[in-house]
Amino acid sequence: MNLSGRHVIAGIGHTAFGRLPGSDTVSLNVEACRHALADAGVDKSLVDAVFVKVPTSAHQFMYGQKVAEALGITPRIGGCWDQGGAANITLLSFAIMAIEAGQCDVALVCYADNPRSGNRAVYGRARGDDAAYGWFSTAAGYAMIQRRHMIEYGTRPQDLAAVAIASRQHGAGNPQAQLRAPLDLAGYLASPWLVDPIRRADCALVSDGGAALVVMSARRARELGVPMPVPVLGFGHGQTSYELPQRATLTATEAARAADTAFRMAGLKPRDIDVAQLYDCFTITVLMTLEDYGFCRKGEAGRFVADGAIEHGGRLPINTSGGLLSETGMPGLQLIIEGVRQMRGTARLQVSGARHCLVSNQGGTMHTHATLILGN
Amino acid sequence: MATMDLPQPDINETSRPYWDALREGRLLVQRCACGHTWLPARRHCPACLSPEVSWQAASGRGRLLSWVVYHQAYHPAFESRLPYHVALVQLAEGPRLLTNLTDPNEALVADAPVELDVQWEGDLALARFRLSTQP
Repeated sequence: MNLSGRHVIAGIGHTAFGRLPGSDTVSLNVEACRHALADAGVDKSLVDAVFVKVPTSAHQFMYGQKVAEALGITPRIGGCWDQGGAANITLLSFAIMAIEAGQCDVALVCYADNPRSGNRAVYGRARGDDAAYGWFSTAAGYAMIQRRHMIEYGTRPQDLAAVAIASRQHGAGNPQAQLRAPLDLAGYLASPWLVDPIRRADCALVSDGGAALVVMSARRARELGVPMPVPVLGFGHGQTSYELPQRATLTATEAARAADTAFRMAGLKPRDIDVAQLYDCFTITVLMTLEDYGFCRKGEAGRFVADGAIEHGGRLPINTSGGLLSETGMPGLQLIIEGVRQMRGTARLQVSGARHCLVSNQGGTMHTHATLILGN
Repeated sequence: MATMDLPQPDINETSRPYWDALREGRLLVQRCACGHTWLPARRHCPACLSPEVSWQAASGRGRLLSWVVYHQAYHPAFESRLPYHVALVQLAEGPRLLTNLTDPNEALVADAPVELDVQWEGDLALARFRLSTQP
């Protein structure tokens, strides 16, 4: 059975983004869920499923049950996922499949973390036995991929800069955004190395914050009088090896398989997409996602993003609230929320007449990918 | 520099033959009757899941696929080595390795041929490589 359009995101909510000293991840989840339920106009007593993404910086035992307990909910189904940044779309997908299978009725999907005021050691961690060779950090994996992309396709610093410039420009007017200083090419090129060839300006922010979605069937949303439901038209996933050397290629991602499933489910093609929220943990991720989604041919993303094409007013505006590079480094749920705003017509940088919004989520060092297509 | 401070690999029953061979200057890969060749060491062939795994000497020859240069140390043992690189090498036998080349950062060239250059760090023999003069 094709589930396209049968379920909706009924409510969205989030906390402040940035540095939130004294916050704990459970409280941030509860605050985000409280806002999402209020946005949907749904009472907590109707929620019978809680799907939680594990806090990246602080893995905890039975974390899903901790959040459900703090929410005062005893779920029929749910749990805590560890899939990096792809988990948010994955959790939304599993919530929809669980609803369709009669396992629950109304689901909360939520995520919170506090690496900025808490512990960010996870981003610089040793990578197994290869630490003996000096192999550390999340950024290094992306840097290894980026250099190979530059070798094979001639991808240039200004191509990567275009992604950072667009996200920063879109975030500059967003009062919620953590980093609102605009960026130009000279500023990008002056940005120091994080791990060469990745500069600091290529890298997502480190942020505290939480976000949540309320998910239900379109029919249930009508019964409950949900004011602004946004239909989920398609979703898809893809996953690859844990260790980078185990992959046959560095320059293709799981975005291709994920998008193929999502576009087929939605009955749409890349040309049908009016606006996109693309996971920008690093700028190279956006370029490779554009290629693997079929917006351009492999190796041509640099040309695709030139001349403001991905800026508001361009042919495919992306990350209209600032993305991970400007709004918040929180991995991915804020992109779904901005996608919902675009489909409701309530985004700050609204793409006028937008009918389809694509959202990408990606986890680890391109380990996992998930694609979401929203309609209106 | 205090090389004993380098992060140490987790050498266990499965991986010990690999690390012991490096101490004798040899690089081993694992191989299965199905023809698959891989690293790091496992108890089962990741292609066919057979537990009949054997070790085979690798040629020590490969190709430089990509590299990164660290300007910040994430572990004190690497502070004195900055800026240092980590490279991804494709072995002639198929498996890929994260490693270091014993050449300077500036000398690295994409797709350059490389050859094994085992180096000692304290009591640990590491599978490093050097740019090869023969293609």
